[in-house]
Amino acid sequence: MSTMTINLKVWRQKNTADSGGFQDYKLNGVSEHMSFLEMLDVLNEQLIKEGKDPVEFDHDCREGICGSCNMVINGRAHGPKRLTAACQLHMREYSDGDTIVIEPPRAKAFPIIRDLVVDRSAFDRIIEAGGYVSVKTGAAPEANLIPVEQDVSNTAFDYATCIGCGACVAACPNSSASLFTGAKVAHLNSLPQGEPERKRRTVAMVEQMEKEGFGDCSNYAECEAVCPVGISISSIAKMRKDYVKAVFS
Amino acid sequence: MPTLLKAATSQVGRKILTGVTGVLLVLFIFFHLGGNLAIFGEADAMNRYSLLLHDLGPLLWVARIGLLAVFLIHAWIGISIWINKRKARPQNYQVYSSKGGPSKQSLSSRSMAFTGVVLLIFVVFHLNTFAFGDMETILIDGRETHDVKSLVIDTFQNPLYAFGYAFVMLLLGTHLGHGIWSAFISLGLTSKKASAAMYTIGGVVAVILAFGFIFIPLYIYFGGGCEATLIECR
Repeated sequence: MSTMTINLKVWRQKNTADSGGFQDYKLNGVSEHMSFLEMLDVLNEQLIKEGKDPVEFDHDCREGICGSCNMVINGRAHGPKRLTAACQLHMREYSDGDTIVIEPPRAKAFPIIRDLVVDRSAFDRIIEAGGYVSVKTGAAPEANLIPVEQDVSNTAFDYATCIGCGACVAACPNSSASLFTGAKVAHLNSLPQGEPERKRRTVAMVEQMEKEGFGDCSNYAECEAVCPVGISISSIAKMRKDYVKAVFS
Repeated sequence: MPTLLKAATSQVGRKILTGVTGVLLVLFIFFHLGGNLAIFGEADAMNRYSLLLHDLGPLLWVARIGLLAVFLIHAWIGISIWINKRKARPQNYQVYSSKGGPSKQSLSSRSMAFTGVVLLIFVVFHLNTFAFGDMETILIDGRETHDVKSLVIDTFQNPLYAFGYAFVMLLLGTHLGHGIWSAFISLGLTSKKASAAMYTIGGVVAVILAFGFIFIPLYIYFGGGCEATLIECR
């Protein structure tokens, strides 16, 4: 099995107040079968053995479904592969001697906690503002009681696949959270279950998004390109349409 | 529900306003190019067209003020988006690149603020030259009117003006390359097929408009449209 030597340039920052900076590392014996995060595990093992602080990075499921990992690799959120979260990226995408620059997602609304870890609770507050539906408590209702057309349920499901990783914000030249907010709004607004709060939800989530300090959307569609689950910017267009409907009714 | 003012100034409201004003401005630009084409008509076609517009009387002023408002709203929101963008990411990436695929990052989309500001400055000079410039008075069908045509032909004899104008019109085309499609997305176009078609149509329209506006000053500079004027052309 051939191994590679990888040169890393990693953003290190002690805490939110620290100004931070890049640190160079050389990593030998990197296998092409390693995932990107496993490569970082190897780096951290090396750092710990040297008595240094390991690089902090967010991760959980490591199978592309939790949305924890979100780092900007050589200028691209989640790295070079489309429809792939950083945890699903493998070192076979790189060659021996490559230099990889790793930065945290940069946005005022995502303050850096440490190294590559950022505080994404702004997303939670957008969800809290309207990302829910009213249900009758008590006995669970029959799942198919409310008929939903197949096309509608497919569309809603496409929007529902958003894992909230924040790559859209990281990659947007304006640091806009429109794709995330649009996906959440479009998911619930597409379904009959989301109908009762449709207007209130759309307005509340749009207002919260702005309050958090995310930038404006300029329709660059870079968010769709980096989204590990491929959420379409049509969600943003739907959010805008529903916003106008909410205001004029 | 938010008040209309609050809704209009929200992030989504601003985007929709940018789209609406953008579409109106594109319609105006079409109209403007149509008027400019009078240079290829009869010798006095351009001055007749000007007379026709002036005959609209108060309606012309309504159109002018409306157009100014639309233009200023579009420019103001565009500049505020650029300011917000800097606030939203105080520290830039050391390395940044597009992931391609569905991304619409291009020279056109990334230069919207720049091309927009150049167009804003251009319009000030443009109005100063052609709307408020000194014009001779001539008679058309026994009625006194401004000799717009001579002013246009005279102005474009200056290579700096003719080529400068053509260059700014290239920037207009660049602005519209992203702008036309973007306006439709801002106004709620959700269908993927329609979006792809719109991107192509927007690009074609941008090229047509830019070509028209670039061709005319160069045509005049190289001696075209000189009949019935007192200007010494090439």
